[in-house]
Amino acid sequence: MTTIPVLEARGLTRSFGNVRALDGVDFDVNAGEVVALIGDNGAGKSTLVKALSGNLALDSGKILFAGGEVELGSPSEASRLGIETVYQDLALAPHLNAAQNMFLGREIAKPGFQGRLGFMDNKTMRAKSREAFDELGATVRSLSDPVGSMSGGQKQAIAIARAVAWAKGVIFLDEPTAALGVVQTRNVLETIRRVRDKGVGVVFISHSMPHVIDVADRVQVLRLGRRVATYEAKKTSVEELVGAMTGALDGAHS
Amino acid sequence: MTTTEAVPRTAGTASEISRAHTLKQVLQVQSFQILLVLLVIFLAFSALAPEVFPTWGNVRQIIQNVSILGVLGIGMTFVIVTSGIDLSVGSNLVFSGVVAAKVMQAMGGSGWGTAVVGILVAVGCGLGWGLLNGVLIAKAKVPPLIVTLGTLGGALGLAQVITGGVDIREVPAVLQDTIGYGNVPGTTLPTISLLAIVLILIFGTVLHRTRFGLYTFAVGSNEESARRVGVKVDRQLISIYVLSGGLAGVAGILSLSQYGTTAIAGQSATNLNVIAAVVIGGTSLFGGVGTIFGTVVGLFIPAVLQNGFVIVGIQPFWQQVAVGAVLVVAVYVDQRRRAAAARGHAAKADGKRKLFGRRSR
Repeated sequence: MTTIPVLEARGLTRSFGNVRALDGVDFDVNAGEVVALIGDNGAGKSTLVKALSGNLALDSGKILFAGGEVELGSPSEASRLGIETVYQDLALAPHLNAAQNMFLGREIAKPGFQGRLGFMDNKTMRAKSREAFDELGATVRSLSDPVGSMSGGQKQAIAIARAVAWAKGVIFLDEPTAALGVVQTRNVLETIRRVRDKGVGVVFISHSMPHVIDVADRVQVLRLGRRVATYEAKKTSVEELVGAMTGALDGAHS
Repeated sequence: MTTTEAVPRTAGTASEISRAHTLKQVLQVQSFQILLVLLVIFLAFSALAPEVFPTWGNVRQIIQNVSILGVLGIGMTFVIVTSGIDLSVGSNLVFSGVVAAKVMQAMGGSGWGTAVVGILVAVGCGLGWGLLNGVLIAKAKVPPLIVTLGTLGGALGLAQVITGGVDIREVPAVLQDTIGYGNVPGTTLPTISLLAIVLILIFGTVLHRTRFGLYTFAVGSNEESARRVGVKVDRQLISIYVLSGGLAGVAGILSLSQYGTTAIAGQSATNLNVIAAVVIGGTSLFGGVGTIFGTVVGLFIPAVLQNGFVIVGIQPFWQQVAVGAVLVVAVYVDQRRRAAAARGHAAKADGKRKLFGRRSR
């Protein structure tokens, strides 16, 4: 491929004690593309996502953003580049409401002196949150109730809306459909396509092979901390993917 | 789209539901429930001793008595909202008072010059202990219970080392006359209470209206999620323990002014009294939930009970029994609420209605 990937990892390694969670893993995602990242439990998917979203220090390897090497020392540095992540555990603050979660860490200050004292423009933040949820077609019934009391689907919607609203470069979705019903799942997949069409690179982690083939443009397979294969989603099959994940089809593409 | 599931629940009587909802919400907030309890206690004593209890002179006495605890309660509320604890406030108060008294003693004089230095020294000492607490908790990752248990002993021990265990009773007259038992000019409101009220208003606003307050709740609610969105969690925690320490320093100089002595042995249960008040007021020990208003109400319940028991001639020792019971009930209510919330929104509303129903009927 001739385009420069919006985010690329080269030879990332990271060990936890004796366990090599990442063992020289490569990865790349282009702007306006959905890449599915699959692998068996313990293959290193979540570790790779943590590394690429600034939540994990690496032993070695390079991360390139739009072709330039970057250090992702903290989540806020990743955020500044427009890299957002929806974690498996959603990472919302359960006692805060939807709007507060949406803007946590990026509050809009009131104008002038009040803002400098730390007062926030709650009205604007609520309005913008409402817009963002509506744009996703997300049912978030209350902006003022704590999100801890909401259903799994609503929490999911809030977490995804937050990431989508801020992602300008890449968005990572770590098993976004794991806890969802049929309708919400369809919604999430629809959202993924919509975000891709805005020109954002989407990295979609899932154990559901039909969803992967349905929504992804390319599929990259991890096993034992390495990328073992890359497929065009249109030209692959569930059997082939499972084979690559488990190692039954060794040497497929690499 | 996704609304198929939600439609049956929200359709129809939406406006009725929302109206009932707001009223129910107010009644469900623990600080309001506890305010009702306070009101009932107050009315009961008023009925038992109508000549003495509900007079301004008596109420003024109660307000004066809770003022110092109120100052400590502000910092404690912040700390407990982060799911931390600060056991060191009482010792910190004593230490700050002792060092300030020593410095003022060495300077001599009983005017404002000496007093201002004493105030600054006390606040400085408090901030110092707070900083030590905060750094050990946020950076060294030692649990708050242990860190502040350590500084509880450390601050009290050092206070005794400095004084040789003998209370210092020289306090500049100006401090005693104005802050100690003076009134706000032109009123009968104790100056010490006005200071406490001002601090409560300022930090209540900070906790509930500003970004600093929001981050306090965020850290207590889910530290990891706050970290991931770029909240500087360590710095937030350190600031909060520094705040708690600084307010303990303020309380140190207030105590010195009010009692005219360093009262080294007099603060051994202060930390627990303040924590009890904060928890009674609806701030959750598990973090993420709490109000300064609740803490203030929570402080008045023990104070009113104590005062009332003395007036109606019941042994005041019963106050401890009553406060213990209120504390346990308050935490029980909080637990029920959490369990219900964990079961989901609809279940939560039902559970709370049941609880409240049982209370009011």
